[in-house]
Amino acid sequence: MEAARLDAYRAVAPQGAVETLWRLAERVRGRTLVHVNSTRFGGGVAEMLHRYVPLLEELGVRTRWEVISGPEEFFRVTKSLHNALQGQEQPLPDALLRTYVEVNRENASRLDLEADVVLVHDPQPLALVDFVERSGRWVWRCHIDVSHPQRRAWGFLRPFVVKYDAAIFSLEKFAQRLPIPQYLIHPSIDPLSEKNRELSEDEVDAVLTRLGIPRDKPILLQVSRFDRFKDPVGVIQAYRMVKRHEDCRLVLAGGTADDDPEGAQVLAEVMEAAEGDPEIHVLVLPPTADHEINALQRAATVVIQKSLREGFGLTVTEGMWKGKPVVGGFAGGITAQIIYGVTGYTVNSVEGLAFRIRYLLNNPDLARQMGENAREHVRQNFLIVRDLADHLALVSTLLGLT
Amino acid sequence: MRKTPRPFRFVTVHELKEMLGRTAWDERELLLGIEEVPPESIRYHTHSYFLRGRHLVSPYPNDFATWAAVQVRDRVLGEQLAVVDPFDYPDLEALRSEFVTIIDRHLASLQTVPRIVYGEPFHFMRSVVLEIPTEVEARTLREFREALAHVEVGALYFHFFYAVARDRQDANPVRWVEEELGLPDLAAAIRHTSPYFKSLERLRGELVALCDRFLEA
Repeated sequence: MEAARLDAYRAVAPQGAVETLWRLAERVRGRTLVHVNSTRFGGGVAEMLHRYVPLLEELGVRTRWEVISGPEEFFRVTKSLHNALQGQEQPLPDALLRTYVEVNRENASRLDLEADVVLVHDPQPLALVDFVERSGRWVWRCHIDVSHPQRRAWGFLRPFVVKYDAAIFSLEKFAQRLPIPQYLIHPSIDPLSEKNRELSEDEVDAVLTRLGIPRDKPILLQVSRFDRFKDPVGVIQAYRMVKRHEDCRLVLAGGTADDDPEGAQVLAEVMEAAEGDPEIHVLVLPPTADHEINALQRAATVVIQKSLREGFGLTVTEGMWKGKPVVGGFAGGITAQIIYGVTGYTVNSVEGLAFRIRYLLNNPDLARQMGENAREHVRQNFLIVRDLADHLALVSTLLGLT
Repeated sequence: MRKTPRPFRFVTVHELKEMLGRTAWDERELLLGIEEVPPESIRYHTHSYFLRGRHLVSPYPNDFATWAAVQVRDRVLGEQLAVVDPFDYPDLEALRSEFVTIIDRHLASLQTVPRIVYGEPFHFMRSVVLEIPTEVEARTLREFREALAHVEVGALYFHFFYAVARDRQDANPVRWVEEELGLPDLAAAIRHTSPYFKSLERLRGELVALCDRFLEA
């Protein structure tokens, strides 16, 4: 599918939002921007950058995307740092931390990081800042939940963070005590991408048939990586509690990312928990399965995101954009997206999830109204047009072009 | 219909949200924070609420009141803070002073300082407002009415909240209606349209209706 051009967003974004974007872009036109992250496929950041880069180019902002590389050991340590920043106790031996620094040093000499503004995403490439001669402004974009970081991990990374000119977090509660400006930018979805564009009922049917999921009863859906923080086993437990009273199916759809070595192990645990119930559908989808995910979300009766830790949780936004009530874990950005009792519910336990699913299945009119509210909430707050405007506003502020 | 040589040029805004890294876990910390944060933080938690809460609103139209009522579960303080209409105060310092006085008096009447138990702490933020000129301008009342009906809500925020609060006469639509269009009665009617209990879309509807009344007369 060919990527949509900016004018196409006028039909879905709030009134005047695209014009504002063009006017903000005029201020930074001709300037250069480089994004740096750790994978080109898999996970929300890569997905976001696949849309950002061409749209920024269309706006006249010269934009590149650089990806760091490293041995498997590097991604093991960055996964540990990722988990530790999200509050999980992790062993972080000095040798692994040295690997992290060394791989960043090697990447700094290999990548083209010359730009007016360098946007570094997440902890993997964070230390690049230590090994470059900076001419532009450097911004660290943190996508993960750092509200309760493990002290050793944050203590190790903080000296790199303070060398940046600014930091961006996804939620107010992720703000840290830092001597640099910190900005709040909520992540967003692209309403015209293959994952979010409108689909006909025939298209949805075709995908569900191909995936072997009958549409004969309500579908509960969680779309996420097979990651312990997403608690897929907890979702199966809640489904089994619901299933005693309501006939339904559960679909767990996800994949693993290049930079996530734990995925296969978690998937094995999920398969074991799902064993013996043909109405639990565990789908391992490739990172390119956007059309399938779109169809699954549109076919769902209730969308679930029972995360225990979450940076923001774009699958929640996606489900809401499809007009579905979402039941999410009380974690990270899920609490900012779900307005309790208006667009869905946040829950704190397996039991809470089971209760809210049953409640929604038994109150279809309420579920439909919540879905409508959810879509409007996303339109106003979580579409890519607003996100790009925030970034352009930040770039112009950092470069003194206001 | 009077056509003025000086058109009213509409400007919209984009708000960048800066986090101050300062939190309040109880009402005394809220009080100290309100005393010490920069004025643009007071703006973020009061006036700018209207820019963000376009459709689905929180219990009260300022963040201090909502936090006290919902997170601390101190409904009395929540109600006392909620009734403070930011448009009644000449500037942000006067508004800050009113919040400080209310919280100080409330705490003086209590034995212990209410704090969050299950709720979330208060995070102080600051507005960085970027002004963005649009191509929309009006020289007559009809053009002004049409612009109000179609301009994006950020422009309504800028002209009716931000510019008025900052005494920006060049961007003040009430002054333009009065002096350029020569319609003091319409200016007075707009001045009496209190935005505190309305969303920007509702404010838009009322302003358009007021213009229509004067156009039909």
